[in-house]
Amino acid sequence: MSIVERFETIDRRIIFFLIFLAVIVPLLFPIGLKIEVSEPVRMFYNTIEELEAGSFVLISAEYDPSTMPEVYPMNEALVKHCFAKDLKIVSIGLWPQGVSLNQTAMEQAAGQYGKEYGADFINLGYKAGGIVVISAMGEDIPTTFPQDYALRPIEQYGIMEGIENFDNIDLIVSLSAGDPGVREWVMIAQGRYRKDVIGGVTAVSAPAFYPFLDAGQLKGLIGGMKGAAEYETLLGQIGTASAGMDAQSVAHGMIIFFIIFANFFYFLGKRRKR
Amino acid sequence: MRRQGPLIITFITGAVIILQYFIPHRPFSDLQQLFNSWFLVIAVFALILGIGNLSKIHIGRVVRRREHWPYSIVLIVGFVIMFSAGVIWGIQRGTPFYYIFWNIHIPMGSTMFALLAFFVASASYRAFRARTPEATVLLVSAIIVMLSRVPLGNFIWKDLPLVGDWIMAYPNMAGQRAIWMGIALGVVSTSLRIILGIERTYLSGR
Amino acid sequence: MTTDIGTWIAALLTLCIFSFLYRDNPFYKFAEHLFVGISAAYWVCYYIYNILIPNLYNPLFIQGQLLFIIPLILGVMMLMRLFPQPAWMSRFPLAFIVGTYAGYNFITYLQTYAIDQVRATMVRVVDVSAWQEFFAHPGVVSFFNAIAIPVVVVGVITGLIYFFFSREHKGVFGGLARTGVWFLMIAFGASFGYTVMARISLLIGRLYFLLHDWLQLI
Repeated sequence: MSIVERFETIDRRIIFFLIFLAVIVPLLFPIGLKIEVSEPVRMFYNTIEELEAGSFVLISAEYDPSTMPEVYPMNEALVKHCFAKDLKIVSIGLWPQGVSLNQTAMEQAAGQYGKEYGADFINLGYKAGGIVVISAMGEDIPTTFPQDYALRPIEQYGIMEGIENFDNIDLIVSLSAGDPGVREWVMIAQGRYRKDVIGGVTAVSAPAFYPFLDAGQLKGLIGGMKGAAEYETLLGQIGTASAGMDAQSVAHGMIIFFIIFANFFYFLGKRRKR
Repeated sequence: MRRQGPLIITFITGAVIILQYFIPHRPFSDLQQLFNSWFLVIAVFALILGIGNLSKIHIGRVVRRREHWPYSIVLIVGFVIMFSAGVIWGIQRGTPFYYIFWNIHIPMGSTMFALLAFFVASASYRAFRARTPEATVLLVSAIIVMLSRVPLGNFIWKDLPLVGDWIMAYPNMAGQRAIWMGIALGVVSTSLRIILGIERTYLSGR
Repeated sequence: MTTDIGTWIAALLTLCIFSFLYRDNPFYKFAEHLFVGISAAYWVCYYIYNILIPNLYNPLFIQGQLLFIIPLILGVMMLMRLFPQPAWMSRFPLAFIVGTYAGYNFITYLQTYAIDQVRATMVRVVDVSAWQEFFAHPGVVSFFNAIAIPVVVVGVITGLIYFFFSREHKGVFGGLARTGVWFLMIAFGASFGYTVMARISLLIGRLYFLLHDWLQLI
């Protein structure tokens, strides 16, 4: 077997081990590379900054544990940002796991900022149906969500006084890992009800939302753990996303090395065959 | 009746949803709200159907002692424990349901998808070749985006993030817009075919 | 190293799943099946607490809104698919779901992806200020800013031409379609780059948990 063939048929577990090292070493020994903030994340941050104290933000959690390392840091940072600005949070989930994860993020931040469930934030829970749920909320939120996520009637909470439909919501934030998610919120809440929508999404789906940003249908976008790290940078908080950025850099470098290395031997092999 | 009835239901619901968009007044707005509230409930039964199928398969596997049947017992036991915890103590933070969610469900769900990091690296090594000019464009675009999105890119060349931003905001955006406009036209025509009863494949099967 | 039992369980299950990287094995299979069982139960509990009680049981049986008997019947008909004989009944609720989605998709895709996206592309075909800036201060940055909008217009139009399969991709039309392919390739390349980013992030998340929460090394 020639050296070219040997490299082309390398045991994949060697690649696995190299990627493992590329991630674990920078986590153990951080380099502290500087994080640059991109325009879509700055737009996301500014949209929240422009809201007045007491404004209502609807946070919709459409993610699950499979994408938690990417979206949960955004969720934590977003909730802290809202509480720091004295914004009221009404939250729902179009994915059931998102409800629990968002509730955890809100309760942890509430302790830090002295916020109270039912007065400063509420979790209305999950509904199945995606686009239909959003459409139903546009007409009537209390009918769509008569009870919170733990089956407590929403009338008992002060935060829900006067909340009828999207007219009483100032900004919608979708933290989404797929469909239903940001796309559906843009389609109904922005397209039909002309509400401002911003999104925090997984890196996989982020490129597909750039047309929304360009058309003004989205007022800001955070993409993946890197986007979350940028958002943490803007807020001046070092969270889990920022902590992972060195590892992200080294792993990307390693994968680019794999691609170049493999292509080098591919062309070498092609030339030899000729 | 078994075929015509569903076709009539599809036509009425689809037509009402479209009409209320252009005529957002009674009776269409009321009908839309009514259909929305019904939909929330029916959609759940569709999801329960999925869980029912899962149970049927695994109970069947245990009863017939098929290959890997002990793992089906693990699945059933996991289901029963989590379900009982939810029904008995509720689903809020601080309950056993939440404890299982946080310490068992989350780590396994996250790790399952973290495995993909290894496979995407392996795929990059094995399959990502500059075989044609188009493949080379894809490869170059991927490398620039990968580098420019992380702090390492900024460290190598301070303007690399700007190059990445430009690619994302213009050529990528143009390509994505063309793709999604194409998808949208496909979705619109298929939706119309479904509502008018031309497209009936969803009624096939039993 | 932590003494919290929950974190230990989480760490051991994480390692069970990671063991798949060596080869498929009983530890992985155990964790995989446990995950599916627990996930399914989680979903069912949420269906009960967040939908069936507040949106069906309460309106129908507590408030006496009798119209809700219809979605209940349709829902039960949906479950008939589990049994061979009455499986045909599930077509009725399925028709309701498909019809509703088709109605919503028809409007929303047309508005969001066709009309609004065409408007966003065409409304500023020529960005005069960017060109003025380029001629006032010629440079790489001002040049790329100036050509940005023409690039978008060309990219969208040629990309759409590529998807037009009713005419053979030959001559000028073929050339435009090939240009469109290049834009699509840039978009796919960007998507690939972001996919790599996403997958690595997930791995970072898990290793961070093992090192920080479990081993407490960082």
